[in-house]
Amino acid sequence: MSTLSEKILKGSAGSFVDVTVDRALAHDGTGVQALTAFREMGAGTVTRPDRISIVYDHIVPANNSTTADLQAELRGFAKENRIDLHDIGEGICHQVMSEGIVTPGEIVVGADSHTCTMGAFGAFATGVGASDMASIWATGETWFKVPETINIRLEGELPRYVEAKDVALRYVGLLGAGGATYKAIEFTGDNGLGMDDRLTISNMSVEAGAKAGLFYADDVTCRYLRSYGRDAVPQKREDCDYVREEIIQLDDMEPLLAVPHRVDDVRPVSDFEGTPLDQIFVGTCTNGRYGDLKRFADIVKGKKVKVRTIVVPASRAVLLKAVETGVLGDIIRSGAVVGNPGCGPCLGAHQGVLGEDETGLSTANRNFKNRMGVGAKYFLSSPTTAAFSALKGEIALPGDLQ
Amino acid sequence: MKGVAIRLGDDVDTDQIIAGRYLRTKDKAVWAEHAFEDLDPGLASRLKGSVIVAGKNMGCGSSREQAAIALKEAGVIAVVAESFARIFFRNAINRGIPMFEIPGGLTCEDGEEISVSLEESAVEIGGRRYRALELSERMKEIIDAGGIIELRRREK
Ligand code: SF4
Repeated sequence: MSTLSEKILKGSAGSFVDVTVDRALAHDGTGVQALTAFREMGAGTVTRPDRISIVYDHIVPANNSTTADLQAELRGFAKENRIDLHDIGEGICHQVMSEGIVTPGEIVVGADSHTCTMGAFGAFATGVGASDMASIWATGETWFKVPETINIRLEGELPRYVEAKDVALRYVGLLGAGGATYKAIEFTGDNGLGMDDRLTISNMSVEAGAKAGLFYADDVTCRYLRSYGRDAVPQKREDCDYVREEIIQLDDMEPLLAVPHRVDDVRPVSDFEGTPLDQIFVGTCTNGRYGDLKRFADIVKGKKVKVRTIVVPASRAVLLKAVETGVLGDIIRSGAVVGNPGCGPCLGAHQGVLGEDETGLSTANRNFKNRMGVGAKYFLSSPTTAAFSALKGEIALPGDLQ
Repeated sequence: MKGVAIRLGDDVDTDQIIAGRYLRTKDKAVWAEHAFEDLDPGLASRLKGSVIVAGKNMGCGSSREQAAIALKEAGVIAVVAESFARIFFRNAINRGIPMFEIPGGLTCEDGEEISVSLEESAVEIGGRRYRALELSERMKEIIDAGGIIELRRREK
């Protein structure tokens, strides 16, 4: 009997397989690198351009003329080769892929480490570097070692103010930053997690070093995809061999933080209450979806944030929905700054960089030293913890203000 | 192949190998020059002819291939670690860098002479010999060619 990864890759754990890639993803950062490698290979034209997506999200709009020139070159290549191009403002690549592009059972390879996000659909989705991507553009194929699988059972229901991000932090803390290296994680269990929750949870699997982080497609998945006009069928789970099994009881959980500078240094929010903050950032491929913005807005609505707060919707669709439902108005009136859809301050390359010795709280997936500002410190939390903290100007336990 | 060991710890992420602020260029020399800057600004000048010897989870984090390119460009001859993050591992091989994974780790001081052998999947330091996990035929083929770009070019 096979794990989901074995079934999709058509091989048993440990074996090497050659696969045809269903979706090859790159962004304005890695895409430029891949293009250089593609040209150096002397590859000529791309194979299956309709299966190649390039999304402009990392430094958008361009911050200087070097970036602008590189982006222009990649844009020209994408158009010339009829690649599925999503230009600035459409959103973060993983979010764009989640809006009706990726479906269950597909093999998704992205030149971005958080490509594992698409595991939420029951796709085998993993990150590679730029040369691998160039090679996939050229041939439509790549190779993998079929991973062993760790099973994480998520059981029960989350208490109020505890959410998918806390679950993600919990298992990354449990496994450790390298605890799932070379392995896939399968998330199973009887829980009420929706599609957005699963995307947040799968997104962080690479933070435990995992190759992929998968949920089996079920009715929730199919209903979600149907709303984007895509057909899907549930995936059946077989008895299979896992190398490790863990159970996380959702009912017993509390709001968590990853504290500087390790994603796997996970502690209860209550241990850090009162830590003064200089900046809060809500967004990214982990927590920039409509539901995240809505929960944030519902808490800050009619009040004022006490610390500079940046909110960046993960995609144009998210932004539009937030406009139409009034969520965006609530956020803006609270005093937060709203950025255009994209990665925003997440990678510390353009807007929202922190100064030396400043402390930030972010809903992102990484708090590596210096990533979001040289000499700065970053905590990671859920959007709900971020909202309560924004109102206090310091790390606050959700519920405090009620 | 022989080189001088540069000893690093566990969980060295690719942001530490090459910081995000240097990614907006195509100039490999820039990456080589600023390699490991946030970890130790003095490291970049020692990379030529060196063998990086890291702990667990070497190269975790961002998929940026510039991390591997920076090491290659700076003249690093091999990377040895107790374990690697898989994207970095794959990238480095694609850039033609011999990679040695030694489960259980190894004893090695900064500055020690170290020799590595891809054919024998082995690493030797001060008379101590360690077996590395054997790479697949395909990986060896890529490294022998000097990287996947060279291999593809040759296959054409
Ligand atoms: S939002 Fe952050 S983690 Fe996600 S793809 Fe963009 S830079 Fe990477």
